[in-house]
Amino acid sequence: MSERTVAVGSAQGLHARPASIFTEAAKKSPVKVTVGRPGGAPVDAVSMLLVMTLMVKQGEEVVLRAEGAGAQEALDELAELLARDLDAAP
Amino acid sequence: MSVVEATRLEGVGVGRGLVVGPVVRVHPAPAVPADGGPADADAGAALDAVAAVLAERADAASGALADVLRATVGMATDPALRDEVARRVAAGDRPAQAVDRAVEHFAQMFLGAGGALAERVTDLRSVRDRVVARLLGQAEPGVPVLARPSVVVAHDLAPADTATLAVDQVLAIVTAHGGPTGHTAIIARQLGIPCVVRVSGAAVLTDGEEVAVDAAAGTVDRAPGDEQREQARVRAAAAEELEQDTSPGRTSDGHPVSLLANVGSPADAERATGVEGSGLFRTEVLFLGHATAPTLEEQTAAYSAVLRAFGGRKVVVRTLDAGADKPLAFADQPGEENPALGVRGYRLVRREPDLLRTQLAALAAAADATGVDPWVMAPMVATVPETEDFVGLARAAGLRGPVGVMVEVPSAALRAADLLVAADFVSLGTNDLAQYTMAADRLRGTLVDLLDPWQPAVLDLVAATARAATSVAKPAGVCGESAADPLMALVLVGLGVTSLSMSAGAVPAVRYALRHHDLACCVRLAGRALAARTAEEAYAVVRDGVDDEVLATLGL
Repeated sequence: MSERTVAVGSAQGLHARPASIFTEAAKKSPVKVTVGRPGGAPVDAVSMLLVMTLMVKQGEEVVLRAEGAGAQEALDELAELLARDLDAAP
Repeated sequence: MSVVEATRLEGVGVGRGLVVGPVVRVHPAPAVPADGGPADADAGAALDAVAAVLAERADAASGALADVLRATVGMATDPALRDEVARRVAAGDRPAQAVDRAVEHFAQMFLGAGGALAERVTDLRSVRDRVVARLLGQAEPGVPVLARPSVVVAHDLAPADTATLAVDQVLAIVTAHGGPTGHTAIIARQLGIPCVVRVSGAAVLTDGEEVAVDAAAGTVDRAPGDEQREQARVRAAAAEELEQDTSPGRTSDGHPVSLLANVGSPADAERATGVEGSGLFRTEVLFLGHATAPTLEEQTAAYSAVLRAFGGRKVVVRTLDAGADKPLAFADQPGEENPALGVRGYRLVRREPDLLRTQLAALAAAADATGVDPWVMAPMVATVPETEDFVGLARAAGLRGPVGVMVEVPSAALRAADLLVAADFVSLGTNDLAQYTMAADRLRGTLVDLLDPWQPAVLDLVAATARAATSVAKPAGVCGESAADPLMALVLVGLGVTSLSMSAGAVPAVRYALRHHDLACCVRLAGRALAARTAEEAYAVVRDGVDDEVLATLGL
């Protein structure tokens, strides 16, 4: 099991647009990824509805977990995405 | 041949237009039948189909609407929602029932989380409505795509429905519910679309049938005759002619009355040509739909855009008016038992003083950036100390233009003279003034008779306010919808009101009515209205004293 802890960079937190961008990226991942608050119950990273219910604000940390072939790379990529401000214009 | 029982349906008119056109019905959200609907429907395929339709619309839309539509696509394709639906179907739910319950499961989670998440529940339920309708074999709920200019007929329109209206194809709006100061009416007024609300028989209207909608009379006629079509043409031509006149407002003997437009956004401001400025710039429109307050920079840019659009013409900015019927995600007071009487309007300063400080700083920055000093006023002020505090805050922020307060609460109207010691001007918000004078909820369509701006008690408070302003030679404006009623406008001018601000589309008729009466006549009409004992009597005695040609031209 691989794990990454990352602080969310989006100005509005992990809501609406950032949540949508994140879950779309998670869907492309070759492994099943979960996301959750540290110590909290993890949710499936491909579900925008579940990711939004985590109510993560900017600067708050989340834990990403995955296992299997390609897990490390997938988590690195998703962690890098979460650290960026996804509300900012592309 | 079927017999059409009632050819005339009656409701409450909003605006003054008369149009003839085909009906397009807005279908209501489907209810899941007791048996749960057909067992062989495919929930996954229905979710896919709805996602595809929404994605297509998102691509065709722009701005905030496109973002909302894209979010709904994400909901319709969400794996967790699909798992939940599949789980329920496996457990014995019918597909429509499973979708209904699965969506409700997430909706409850969102509502429980509150804040910005709770705002998304409307989007979730709109996905549910579309998918369930498909599974039940019903027409798609919401506003259909309009292929030709049409009369939109609905039970009531939700804000989300009006956001998706193709405005240039909407001839008129007819609703069975809602009220003349409700959401649909406000949007219709803003867009200049004739509208009749509270039409109890609206359910009988069928897709494609021709109707004549007369907003001035508040009627919807089925199977309109040639005479009515001709009348619609004449009224449209007269309205067009009135619109050509963009001269400053004045009575026939030259007494000036500023005619101004109510605006909520830079786009409204661009459309407001042919007026002398804005008597009400509703800044909360910029805040609605935001999860957090817009920043100083965002606000400065928006205010500058509006000031520039008016190019040096007068702009009266109303500071944030949130609460009650205008909830904001970031300034909401959850669980207020009686929000209309709670922390709303200027009172927000008690809880969130920085919201107002930032807004005033942004207005001062916009004034510096554009070289135009806006007038600034606070909503829902009730006392002298509130007035003094607001004026102090505005001056401290560096605002140099006139600083005033709105008169919407009876206490402010009764003590207007005291408020006008600190305030440079007052502006009467007649919708709220009627609500608070008559103790009748503005959003309660069934109380529409009590909310009538012709109620003598409301007129008394308007008169008291105007008298106080006249005695110290300070401006008293009206920015409620009563300013848009050409007959009421004459009364207001007779009472001493110096400016009238309304939807831009209502200005030509008011300008025309003013031009045909002198000030002495307006004063006489005002005296008659004040002497009336009921709202009906006040309207009737004023109508009697108005020029016949004006009544005929305006269809009154």
